[in-house]
Amino acid sequence: MSPEKAPILEVSKLVKRFGGFHALDGLSFHVVPGEILGLVGPNGSGKTTAINVISGLYAPDGGEVVFDNVSSGGIASHKLVHRGINRTFQVPKPFLSLSVRENIQVALAYGGATDAPSIAELLEEYRLKEVADRPAADLNSAQQKMLDLTRALATRPRLLLLDELAAGLNPAELDWIAGRIKALAATGMAIIVVEHLMGFIEQITDRVIVLNAGKEIFEGTLATAVREPQVIEVFLGGEHAH
Amino acid sequence: MHNASKHLLFILAPLVVVFALLPGVYQNHLLLFNFVIFLILAQGVNIIYGFTGYLPFGYVGFFGAGAYGFAIMVMHLQTPAPLAVLVGGAVAVVLGLLLTPLLRLSGAYFAIANLAASLAVLHFVANPALEGITKGPYGVSLTGTFNPTHAYYAAVVVMALTVGAVVYLKNSPFGLALQAVREDAVSASMAGVNIIKMRVIAWLASALVAGLAGGIYAWYVSVFYPDNVFSGEFSIFAIVFALFGGVATITGPIVGVLILYGIYNLIGFTTPQYFQLIYGLLIMGLVLFLPAGLVSLATRRGWHVP
Repeated sequence: MSPEKAPILEVSKLVKRFGGFHALDGLSFHVVPGEILGLVGPNGSGKTTAINVISGLYAPDGGEVVFDNVSSGGIASHKLVHRGINRTFQVPKPFLSLSVRENIQVALAYGGATDAPSIAELLEEYRLKEVADRPAADLNSAQQKMLDLTRALATRPRLLLLDELAAGLNPAELDWIAGRIKALAATGMAIIVVEHLMGFIEQITDRVIVLNAGKEIFEGTLATAVREPQVIEVFLGGEHAH
Repeated sequence: MHNASKHLLFILAPLVVVFALLPGVYQNHLLLFNFVIFLILAQGVNIIYGFTGYLPFGYVGFFGAGAYGFAIMVMHLQTPAPLAVLVGGAVAVVLGLLLTPLLRLSGAYFAIANLAASLAVLHFVANPALEGITKGPYGVSLTGTFNPTHAYYAAVVVMALTVGAVVYLKNSPFGLALQAVREDAVSASMAGVNIIKMRVIAWLASALVAGLAGGIYAWYVSVFYPDNVFSGEFSIFAIVFALFGGVATITGPIVGVLILYGIYNLIGFTTPQYFQLIYGLLIMGLVLFLPAGLVSLATRRGWHVP
């Protein structure tokens, strides 16, 4: 990551409410091309909500999301996909009755990417070649996560949001996927990673934002974050701080 | 050979040839005509239910709207029958457009709202206050256009176009995207698919084929009442036939109509007293043992069914 790069995504004072609950309460951060940013925080701190707003699933109730210098808050998801944002889901959501190949074909045909990768390339790189003609319903959960990722990559995103991609993977798979994510970032793709596995976050991220109750409480490297009393407090509870 | 060409050559072409030639060798032309109408309607249900997951319990609303679109053009503007059939299709599409807000609903809520909408259209058409336009509850009697032979071949043409449309859906990225929307709308939007546009296109396409079928039906029978062309039996039969064969395939609804409507007529001719019992048991058996339709007998063995 080079610090002089202009941000591809700028989130400022983002607010998202569900009834009286403030899932996001004035969240601001940015990410630059080629950077891997970690979003960490306890359950309910607003990580997935932030991804849902950035990817167009929810319209924000306040604040602004600017992607590639254009305001993108409240724009329909498929249009954001065409602009260059994509994501994976915490619980993968493949098209279960379609084959693995067909799952990817939909994204290739409709994702709007002019320089989309080939199906063969994606199947090979994400270890789905053997199951290419099987229905997605037959895949195990790690394979479904990879299919979710290839569906996103088929649209050639410039900003990729990964929602707990690593959860449930074994150590060998974790190492392998960490390498893949770093390789994607090396191509200039900006990547936001929501994750609970701190080792994995430490392995791949350049910088983390720690969220609590919809607000940022820390920004910096994970190594510094774990020494911050405020961060320790929200993760472990008040009595463990200091 | 390309898959789509195979499907056109080995499914669509034989079907069209058989139904084009049958009137020359089989005398019950009304029965043949009804077969063709149900082939169209079952494929129309296939388009909206099989490919997008919306169960159209009020599908007959489009059929009746097409029949009345045809009748009004013929009665008031003396329009030639083929043109009036196209207007019937257009009327159904306009009705489909008016009903697009229903697509916000899903599952049983959509099915119930669609049923209610078709009843609303029936009562609108049958309103005595509209006697000057629709003949209200007193029914339509068309003179001058009666020509069952032409109407039959028009139905075969519309059947060919409808099956052709399903062949397209089965072999195109568009059809794949529709199925993706059916499977998971959120994921489909993250694949770049405009889910609202896709649903509306499928909905209007299925409305169009039912409207054309309704127009041709009015042409064929020439005399009908609102209750005839808005009869819930059309919706139920079309849905049951499509499900019996297996939706989201080209052959499923065809097999469903040929077998189930064939049995329906066979029982009706031979043992009408057991008709409802046998038919009901058949449908119960299907739901219990083959919920994905007859084609699932083959797909369960890993065979590909077009």
